[in-house]
Parts: sequence; C-alpha cells; structure tokens
Amino acid sequence: MIGIERLSVVLGGVPVLRDVSLAIPPGRTLGLVGESGSGKSMTAFSVMRLLPQGARVTGEITLESRSLASLSERQMCAVRGAEIGMIFQEPMTALNPVRTIGDQVAETLLVHGAATRSEAQGVARERLARVGLSPDRFPLDRYPHELSGGQRQRVCIALAIALRPKLLIADEPTTALDVTTQAQILALLRELVREEGMSCLFITHDLAVVAEMADEIAVMQAGGVVEQGPTGTVLREKRHPYTRALFEASGHQPARTTRVEDAPLLEVRGAVRDYALKRVRFFGPRPAFRAVDGVSFALRRGESLGLVGESGCGKSTLTRAILGLEPLQGGEIRLDGAPVSPDMPPELRRRMQVVFQDPYGSFNPRHRVSRLLTEPFHLTGQPPDLDNRIAEALENVGLTASDAEKFPHEFSGGQRQRIAIARALIARPELIVLDEAVSALDVRVRAQILDLLADLQARFALSYLFIAHDLSVVRSVTDRVMVMRVGRIVEEGETEAVFSAPQDGYTRALLKAAPVLPAA
Amino acid sequence: MRLPVQLLLGALLFGLFLAAALLSLVWTPHAVTQLDIAAKLALPGHGHPLGTDHLGRDMVSMLMAGARTSIAVALLAVGIGIALGVPLGLTAAARRGSLLDEIIMRGNDLIFAFPSLVIAILITAVFGPSAVNAILAIGIFNVPVFARVARGAALTIWPREFILAARVAGKGRARISAEHILPNIASLLVVQGTIQFSMGILAEAGLSYVGLGAQPPTPSWGRMLADAQTFIYANPRLAVLPGLAIVLTVLGLNLMGDGLRDFLDPRLRRAVR
Amino acid sequence: MLRYAATRLISLTLSLVAASLVIFAVVEVIPGDPAAYMLGLNAAPEAVAALREDLGLSGGLVERYLTWAGGMLTGDFGTSYTYRVPVADLVAARLWISLPLALYALALSTLLALPVGMLAAARRGRVTDYGIMGFTQLGIAVPNFWFAMLLVVLLAITYPIFPAGGFPGWDAGILPALRALTLPAVALALPQASILARVMRSALIETLSQDYIRTARAKGLTEGQAIRNHGMRNALIPVLTIIGLQFSFLLAGAIIIEKVFFLPGLGLLIFQGITQRDLVVVESVVMLLVFAVILVTFLVDLAYALVDPRLRHAR
Repeated sequence: MIGIERLSVVLGGVPVLRDVSLAIPPGRTLGLVGESGSGKSMTAFSVMRLLPQGARVTGEITLESRSLASLSERQMCAVRGAEIGMIFQEPMTALNPVRTIGDQVAETLLVHGAATRSEAQGVARERLARVGLSPDRFPLDRYPHELSGGQRQRVCIALAIALRPKLLIADEPTTALDVTTQAQILALLRELVREEGMSCLFITHDLAVVAEMADEIAVMQAGGVVEQGPTGTVLREKRHPYTRALFEASGHQPARTTRVEDAPLLEVRGAVRDYALKRVRFFGPRPAFRAVDGVSFALRRGESLGLVGESGCGKSTLTRAILGLEPLQGGEIRLDGAPVSPDMPPELRRRMQVVFQDPYGSFNPRHRVSRLLTEPFHLTGQPPDLDNRIAEALENVGLTASDAEKFPHEFSGGQRQRIAIARALIARPELIVLDEAVSALDVRVRAQILDLLADLQARFALSYLFIAHDLSVVRSVTDRVMVMRVGRIVEEGETEAVFSAPQDGYTRALLKAAPVLPAA
Repeated sequence: MRLPVQLLLGALLFGLFLAAALLSLVWTPHAVTQLDIAAKLALPGHGHPLGTDHLGRDMVSMLMAGARTSIAVALLAVGIGIALGVPLGLTAAARRGSLLDEIIMRGNDLIFAFPSLVIAILITAVFGPSAVNAILAIGIFNVPVFARVARGAALTIWPREFILAARVAGKGRARISAEHILPNIASLLVVQGTIQFSMGILAEAGLSYVGLGAQPPTPSWGRMLADAQTFIYANPRLAVLPGLAIVLTVLGLNLMGDGLRDFLDPRLRRAVR
Repeated sequence: MLRYAATRLISLTLSLVAASLVIFAVVEVIPGDPAAYMLGLNAAPEAVAALREDLGLSGGLVERYLTWAGGMLTGDFGTSYTYRVPVADLVAARLWISLPLALYALALSTLLALPVGMLAAARRGRVTDYGIMGFTQLGIAVPNFWFAMLLVVLLAITYPIFPAGGFPGWDAGILPALRALTLPAVALALPQASILARVMRSALIETLSQDYIRTARAKGLTEGQAIRNHGMRNALIPVLTIIGLQFSFLLAGAIIIEKVFFLPGLGLLIFQGITQRDLVVVESVVMLLVFAVILVTFLVDLAYALVDPRLRHAR
C-alpha cells in the first residue's frame, strides 16, 4: 500500500506539484494521465526521491505505513529497487550498453545484498524468464544492443521487479514502442501486478492505454489532480471539464468535406528502394537492404490517403522517395504525370510540400518566421507581394501577420506546427505530405491541428498523404488507407472498410493490438 | 546575458600579448636586431625594464617581437586549418557514406598519423627551416582537426527536419551546407579555433626551440628559450620570461575558448536561464 | 572480435602503405634530385653521380619505392650518407631511448590523470573540482620543454636528485636508466595529464545524464555506485581516444625534450639528419615514428572493442 498525502514540489521557485494525494492498494494499478508538463513524471520522481537538485518537497509519502520523506539518502537507496521498482519510457537508452543483461538484472539483487553472486545469476535467469525472455533464446550474457526495443523494455521490467517490490512505477513504458509490442508489454505488466501483488503507478498520456490498464484513474493538470476515481466511473462520468476535454480530443473527429476527383495526382508504380549496408568483409560487396519493395498506389486529387505501419516498415523511406529526396532503384513515382526524382524541376517540387513530426526540429533556430516561411520560394523566386503572402499564410493557419518577425523558440509546439503548415501552404501546393505531423502533439493541440488541416483541405482543394503510426488518428482523417509492412503494402482500401473488416492478417493484428478508448 | 568571467579574463590576457605584438610592428623600446655585447646579460633597469639577453638585446623588445611571430604563425595555421578543413568536413558530411566521404576521412586519418612535429621535420628536411614552413606544418596538422569537428557537428544537423524541409524546397547540398549547416556549427568551430590557436602557439614554440621555426634574426619565444638554456643556472630570467609569455598567452586563449563555449552553447545557455 | 581485429589490421596495413607513399613522395620526389640536394649547390657533378649510384637513385620511381619499402620491411633502412653506417643500426640504439621515454610519459600521464579526473567529476561544482580544473588549465598552457628546463634547475641543479641530462644506457641497469628518463617523462606527462584529466572529468559527467544511470539509481545504487558500475566503462570510450592521440604528441614531445636533457635519442639523430641534409636518415626515422603512431592507433582500436561490446559484435 502506497499513500501520497498533499504532495507539493517547488522547483527553482516554480510550483510543479500542488497538493497531490493518491493511494494504491496492493495488486491494483493507478493510472496517472495528463498532458506533457502536467506533473505526472514529477510525481513519480518525488516518490523515488530522485528529483533534480534544489527541489523543495512538502507533504507525506508512505509505503506500508513507513514514511519515505523522513528517510536519509542512504536509507532511501535501500528502498529504491527493493521496495519500489521503476521503469522508464525509453528502453533503447535505459540500459547500460557495455554490460550484459544478466549483469544488470543481477545487480539489483547484489546491491541490496539479497543474494550471492551465483544466486543472483540464478534469480536473474528466472526473472528474465518471468518477463518472457527465455534463457535458451536470451542467455544472461546478451548485451542490450542485441535486443529489440520491446525486449529491452522486458529487461528493464525484470530488473525493476527482481526483488518483488511493493510498488512498481511505470513512466510511459510503452510510448516509444510499436503498437503490437505495446500490447504485449501492457499484458505482461497487468499479469505481473496481479500475480505478484504489487501496487502499480502507471503514467501515460494515452487515455486508451490507461483505460485498459488501470483500476483507478487520476487526471492531472498543471501540477494538480483534478479528478480521481475508479476507471469506469471517471471515463463514464467525466466530471471535470478538463477530463472531458481530454476525452473529446482523444477521439476527435474533424468535420471533413472532401471532393475527390477520379484523376490520380500522385502515382507510385513498383517503387523499390535499396540501401547499401556496411561491408561484411573488407573488400567484399556491400550487401543491400530493401526498404521499399515494389510499392504501387495512386492518390487521387482532393483525397486524404493514409499510410500506416510500425517503425522500420519502410514508410519513412517511401516518404523521402515521394518527396524526390532520394532516387528509386526500380519503379517510378509521378506527380500529375510528371516523373518525381531528386532532380525534378522546381515547379514540380513546388506543387508538393511536407509537414514533419517534430515541431522543435523542423525549423532552423537561427531564422525568423518570415525567412522560414519563404524557403519554398527558393524554387520559384520570390513573388512581388512577398509580405502579403507571408501574412496570408500565417493567417490561414490561425496565426497573425506580426508573428513573422519572431523566432521559432517563441512559439509553443502546436503553434510551431502551424508555422510548418504555413510554410507548406505558402507555395500553394496541390499535395501536402503529412509525415507523423500530429504525433508529437498533446491530444487537445492535436485535435486543433486536425481541424485546421480539414479546413485547409476544403478551402484550397488540397490532397493529403497522411503518414502515421497512430491508427485512431488515421481513421478519423483519411478517405483511404494503406497498411505497410517490411517494405510492402499488405492492405489497401476505403478507411472504414479496412478498419471494420480488415482482410490481411497483419492488419487484423495491428487493429487488435491498438488500445481502444471506450465509447462515451 | 552575462559574459562568463573566464571569457573576460582570457580575452584580457590574450589581448595584452596581441596588443604587444601589434605594437611591435611599429615600435619596440629597442631594435631587436641591435646587438650590444657590452650590455649583455644586464639585469633589469637602466632603460631595460626586463634586462638584456646574452647578446645584449632588450628583453621587452624581444618578447614583443616574439609575440608577433608566435601569434602570426599560430593564427595563419588556424586559418589554413579552417579554410581547408571546414569545407572538407562539410562536404564529407553532406555526402555521408559516399566514396568521397571515405576518401576525405581516410585522408584525415593519414595526416593524424603524422604528429605536427613530424610534418615539420619532413617539410624542413626538404625546404629548409623557416617561419613559413612552420605555418605550413602546423596548418596541415590543423586541417584534419577542423574537418573532423565540422563533419561531426554537421552530421548532427543533417538529420534535423529543417534540413529535410530545405531539401524539399529544392536546395542543393552545397547551399544547405552554407546556409543552414555552417551557421549552426559556427560556434563550435570558433571554440575549436581558439583551442587550435593555443596549440599552435605551443607548437611554434617547440619548433623554434629545436630550430625548425623562425630563423634568426627573427625573434621567437621558442628560440629565446633555446638560447637561454646555456645560461639557465646563472640567468634563469632569460628562460623564465619567454616561458611565462607562452604560458600566459596560451592560458588566455584557453580561458577564452572555455568561456566562449559556455557563452555560445545554447544548451548551457538554456540551463543558466 | 576476430573479424573486428582483422579489419583493423587491414586498415593498419593500408595506412602504413599510404603513409610510406607520402613520405617517399615528399623526401624523394619533391626535391627533384635528392643526391644533388643532399650535397648542396657547390657539389661536383661526379660526386652527385656517385651518390646517386650509392642511393640507388638510378632506377624508376616505382622501383625505388619498392626497394625502399621492401628494405624497411626486412629491417634494411639504407645507409646513412653522413655516418656511412646502416641507418638501422643508428636507429636501433636511439629508438630504445625515445620509445621508452614516450611510454613512460604516457603511463605517468594516464595514472595521474584518470584518478584526478574521477575525483573532479565526483566533486563537481565544489572547491576540489575548481582547484583541479584551475590547475589543469595551467598545466595545458605550459610548454613541456620549458617545464623540463625548470625541473632541471630545481631537481637537478638546486637539489641534485635527478641527473640534469645524458643517458647511462640500459646496460647500466634499469634503475639508473629510468632515473635519467624520469624528469623528461614528468615534463612530458604534466601537460598531457592535464588534458586527459579534463577529458575524464567531462566524459564521466556526460555519462551521469544518461538514462542508464537513472535506471541504476532506481535500482537502489548510490550516486557513487552508479558512477563506478555504470559511468566508468562508458566514460572510458572517449578517454581511450585521447590516450591514443596523446601517444603521438608524446612521441613528438620526446624528440623535442631530448634536446633539453641531451638524450641521444631519435630527436638528436633526426635534427642532425636535417642539418646535414641526410635524407636517408630523415626518411627512415619519420617512417618509424609514423609506424609507431599507427600501431598505437591499432591498439587503441582493439581496446575500444574490449570496452564496448557493440564493436565486438558489429560486422
């Protein structure tokens, strides 16, 4: 039983947590949901007493009627790992790359003096088997880089539960994973919590995930808990307006009016893209990796076409080829009949623009918005009414003309994504490629951007190629969808048809794995 | 935004020697070519604030002129390193994984196998010792340093989405390198520049100490040290003064480099705010 | 691991070939006629012709390169024009001063720098750290040969603990020989140790912000344990790079510092070679130095693989 009473944290003079009170009985999972910056992780680190230096903490944290706040750092070290285990978001970097997985699991036992070196090896083997890494396929002397992301997260879970802690904190444990891997990890965590009788503090931004995982939900906003209760009740009643807003944004369905013409705008025929790998032998030939393997499709004028698939399926490679950034090794891509390639004419390039995922990385931090927006004019030369065009593009995306003189860091993530859309719009393109364009945004901002995109499509007769890993978003904004797996399109069809009656086995697995928000 | 103390202190130290070097172009207390055997090894005083050397030359004048040699050689060597190394590094990064990248990087490794002194030995063995050859030797050594730093830094910028956006806008690699990459790695190059500058001062001193640098009568700190060695027990002043000049100049440059890094590195700047 | 070592070995061989080509080109091709160059402007044409014959310059470039490179492989470095003895003999005696000196300095630098760097990292932001950082800042700025002169004045003349110069030879026993090399090694090591300590400190501090340190803390390790068990080996990767580079600096530094201590090492030989325009000596010694540097780079590459399993398994 873990109890948090009126926990408040001030960091650098700024209050980051306000009066947070939570309780988790053994064998139960509390889901802590909220948008980025709401204080979810800060709560977890307060419990672990691993806050940044200079944090001032008030309030009470009790584990099995023992107060954690009064423990010394040394006593706290004895609690961490033994009585409280924690797993993190990024399994790719959470393990030490130069030590074996067996070592890292066994270390939990050794540092707490719970076992001798040889006993610890045995326990490590058993715990790794417990999280689904059988000793015959994953011997203790494997290194993290030999494992996939999902397998590494299993190792992290194994070392967190090695001493059967009373509390397991999972901080966005599946956010960095693909949807099918996510489903497996969630199932594993549910099973472990139930069978080992742990309390689990499960932190996520994803309402659908928390609906599947948690017995209770606490919704956080700006450092405080705004609503708390049994999962079913909270999701059904949504008493607090913020909960309601989150819920609505998560399942947001933009109002779309599309006029799809029959003529294809973008045609891809038998596209093949190979990458040369490192030589196996010094003078040997470089082996090739086929990232895109005979992909064909057509995107019609005015259409929104979705492209979904898990990481490594080749969708990013395909995107770069469609944008004419990289050459194909076979097949062809045509935009309105004209061939697309790295040396296509500027006028053709102008007709196809792109919006990327990362609202922080997509601008040169040293340029003002006006200069960022006019980059596409590199192709066609600057129009005489440049300032008007800039103002018009900014206003079209819901910003103001005066924003042109600001630097990108003066905007929020959502605003930056609006600037990215404005940059795409200013060249007056026919096709916009949206490459995970809303994936990094909080749900409420995401809903606004999706609305904006729908509105722009109607006003300017745009066609979208919508690339994403999030199935629910693709479902809400596309007319047709393609599912990609290891370089091939395995299924293609009207979005609703594919989602309600998937034909391909992989599509079915993907849809089955995706957590679903219970209907309101 | 406050300037780091190190930057100010370093600039002050280095500025002092830079000013002395510049002043020596038009004026020194005594002519450095003027030998006055009668006044040799004079102690400080009598119109020679720091005394005279074994040939009766005024130490203040010698140190000023020596600063000129050291700073000029090191600065030009940094210039060679930047002028050749940065374009090479940017090109290698823009063509990552290509044959050209491979050739540039293997060429770099090859130069790295020759310590700067060995390059100087090769050059002087064939062309004879001179200040120009010292500049060339240190400069050649600087090329792979800047090429590596530029390539490494550029490679972290290339995958950023704003570069992809520029490519979608149809900009070529050369233009993207100049317009987007270079400004974003410039601060790193400036910091590396001060480091190579200070290493150049040390290298020049070493080369002239063993007689591979500036030739007499051009004064240089390294040569002054070589001359002083004979008299070191009786007249430690002759060895201490040029040595201190080297230490303070190099210290000034290093402090400037550290300060600049703190000042220019946006990650640290954010942390400070 | 074997495959990795093999690729590094091939790359070492290619580097050697490339370096020998560069040296050959600079020394034997750029001057035009090396024989005329070595004898100077006033040489009699007959003497030049005789020397040309001596040096085997009559053949084509390719043939000459192959003869030279092949000779190097079998230990035949040619005959010194000034000394009239095989260069190999000249080099052998002197190599056993310069090389041990560089290695001695490298050992001193590493043994001094790593603990100091760790201490600074562990006490980062406190007085100890500032003290170490200030001291190393100064250490980097000191030219090693000047520091050597000061050491001579202090520890050889004022307090005669160490010899002021000269070398008794290894025949005189290990201890006297090491004693003669101690001051030069200390002078060489101090600036390099300052650099290495700073690298060690920042590499350790860098690893502290890594996710796996957070994981280790969540397991219940104290900060010290996390640094020791997880930070150290990862921090060694950049430190190894610097140690490899330092060898090259130390070898060059050894050549300079030999002049301060009148050590009859490679430095003395090569500077005489330059003054006397004895290109055969210069060419061979330079090749030898470059060989040493490339060999150390190879060893550092192998050490990387020991530290980092990702390299062992790659390729």
